[in-house]
Amino acid sequence: MESRNFHIVAESGIHARPATLLVQTASKFSADVTLAYEGKDVNLKSIMGVMSLGVGQGSDVVISANGSDEADAIAAIEDTMKKEGLSD
Amino acid sequence: MTKKISGIAASNGVAIAKAYKLVDPDLSFAKTSVTDVDAEKGRLNAAFDASKADLTKIKAKAVENLGAEEAEVFEAHLTILSDPELVGAIQQQIEKDQVNAETALSDVTDGYIAMFETMTDNAYMQERAADIRDITKRVLSHLLNVTLPNPALIDEEVVIIAKDLTPSDTAQLDRKFVKGFITDLGGRTSHSSIMARTLEIPAVVGTEIATTDIAEDELVIVDGLNGHAIIAPDEATITEYQKIGDQYLAQKAEWACLKDEPTTSADGVKFMTGANIGTPKDLPAVLENGAEGIGLYRTEFLYMDSNDMPSEEDQFEAYKTVLEGMQGKPVTVRTMDIGGDKKLPYMPLPEEENPFLGYRAIRISLDKTEMFKTQLRALVRASAFGTLWIMFPMVATLPEFRAAKAVFETVKAELKNEGVNFDDNIKLGIMIEIPSAAILADKFAKEVDFFSIGTNDLIQYTMAADRGNEKVAYLYQPYSPSILRLIKRTIDCAHKEGKFVAVCGEMGGDPIAVPLLVGLGLDEFSMSATSILQARSLIKNLSTTDMQALAEKALDLDTNDEVAELVKAATTNK
Repeated sequence: MESRNFHIVAESGIHARPATLLVQTASKFSADVTLAYEGKDVNLKSIMGVMSLGVGQGSDVVISANGSDEADAIAAIEDTMKKEGLSD
Repeated sequence: MTKKISGIAASNGVAIAKAYKLVDPDLSFAKTSVTDVDAEKGRLNAAFDASKADLTKIKAKAVENLGAEEAEVFEAHLTILSDPELVGAIQQQIEKDQVNAETALSDVTDGYIAMFETMTDNAYMQERAADIRDITKRVLSHLLNVTLPNPALIDEEVVIIAKDLTPSDTAQLDRKFVKGFITDLGGRTSHSSIMARTLEIPAVVGTEIATTDIAEDELVIVDGLNGHAIIAPDEATITEYQKIGDQYLAQKAEWACLKDEPTTSADGVKFMTGANIGTPKDLPAVLENGAEGIGLYRTEFLYMDSNDMPSEEDQFEAYKTVLEGMQGKPVTVRTMDIGGDKKLPYMPLPEEENPFLGYRAIRISLDKTEMFKTQLRALVRASAFGTLWIMFPMVATLPEFRAAKAVFETVKAELKNEGVNFDDNIKLGIMIEIPSAAILADKFAKEVDFFSIGTNDLIQYTMAADRGNEKVAYLYQPYSPSILRLIKRTIDCAHKEGKFVAVCGEMGGDPIAVPLLVGLGLDEFSMSATSILQARSLIKNLSTTDMQALAEKALDLDTNDEVAELVKAATTNK
């Protein structure tokens, strides 16, 4: 399993359009990808799950991937996080 | 069987085409228990797949017709439809409760909608609740085997039948195929009507029964000249209406000859006929109809069509495009008129008991000075590219105008310091739409450069009658001597100080109002671009001295209807 911490800097948190892009990125991989925030785990391939967390600016989240392409998945997610200005 | 229904004539012309009903089908269903859980899950999956297929098509069409940004909402819908947790939760519900897919679907999506709607501090999440509702409707329609209208996919000539059309409905319509509108609700100033006039297609609104009396695919005639619709017409009726339509087109062609002519009365007095616009996209119609200027550029669409506050640069580009397009002809820009019935998703305003009497237009601009300054900076910068006039909406008192002018002067000083090039003679004016401003017009006239009378609001505020409330629609009385006296006062006070007066409401292009306004000495008539040539043709046949006498008589009558009768009698005798 591969995990990484992200500190969310985007003003609107993981709400707006970037959330959709994050979900689309995670969905490209066969590994199970989860987002952990304040003791709750959701499937990062689920837009409804991600939005239901209401992750705001300044939050810390952990994203984990488990599966054959887990390393690539984490790398791609990190890339999206940066490109969309979600995390630094 | 041929049947005729009546409504309000909202946009001129005649169209004959098949009906396309932009109406939600009946999506009600009963909760039933199922024994074959797998079959039920299969139905659910098939409905999801069919919905995805719909949306993929709609998205492609929207990208093609409206651009990638407008199509983004469909991308968001697709992502939700592809959510494994959503389908998973519905499948589990089917299994657990042994219920039909319809019940499981709405139980699960209702849960999500409730959750997102409680996140009240977040406008974005509330919009997502609306997305989930849309998607649920689509999946449900496939489960129930009924067709949801997909206006973006229309690919043959149709007449749109709807309860009422919203901006998001009309944004999806392909102008090539839509020949006319017939709606249940609305009046001459509702969105459907304004849109029809902009598209130059006939429309009949406020029929009350169009959506119930007209069947999908039925042949209909829209007579936007007289406010009728004929359902399932016979051959003779079709021929008759084709003739009416052709006559109208011939008259339009005749008006078109006036395109490059000045607006001069029969006795040689010059007037101006200008256009009202909402976006730079309206420019082609303005030029085709020979406008002598833009009497009203409503800038709120810049704010309403955007997901964030429009930047100075975005605004500058829009204003510059319009000013350049008009090649030196005056362009009167109204600073943003948000509030009332116009809301912004990114600037939540508190709910008000009386939004039309509340926090709107200049009242917001003077409160949120940074936002106001951004707009004025963009405007002043754009002034280098044409002849710019700026006016402030909803001014009730002199201190409001002075405060707005002070912000304008600050902005000009800042730009001068930055070495930015602009026109130093931008005229500043106010809208006359609140009775207090009309009553105090003598004082205002000493300080402003011009007035523009917004008759729709002036009537609403003078009569204390909400324009959108059908129960009090009878109080929309543009020819009432009370309104005419306020207009006369405004014009007289302005002229005494050598200032200019325009009318930019519906009255500016109204065949009954125009003769009266000519008589009252109005300088500019601003209206929907498509009404300009008709108004110019009308003014060419009027003598100002006759109209002065007519207006004087009208001012002394008792009622709206008496004035209308007087003008009709005087102008048809000619």
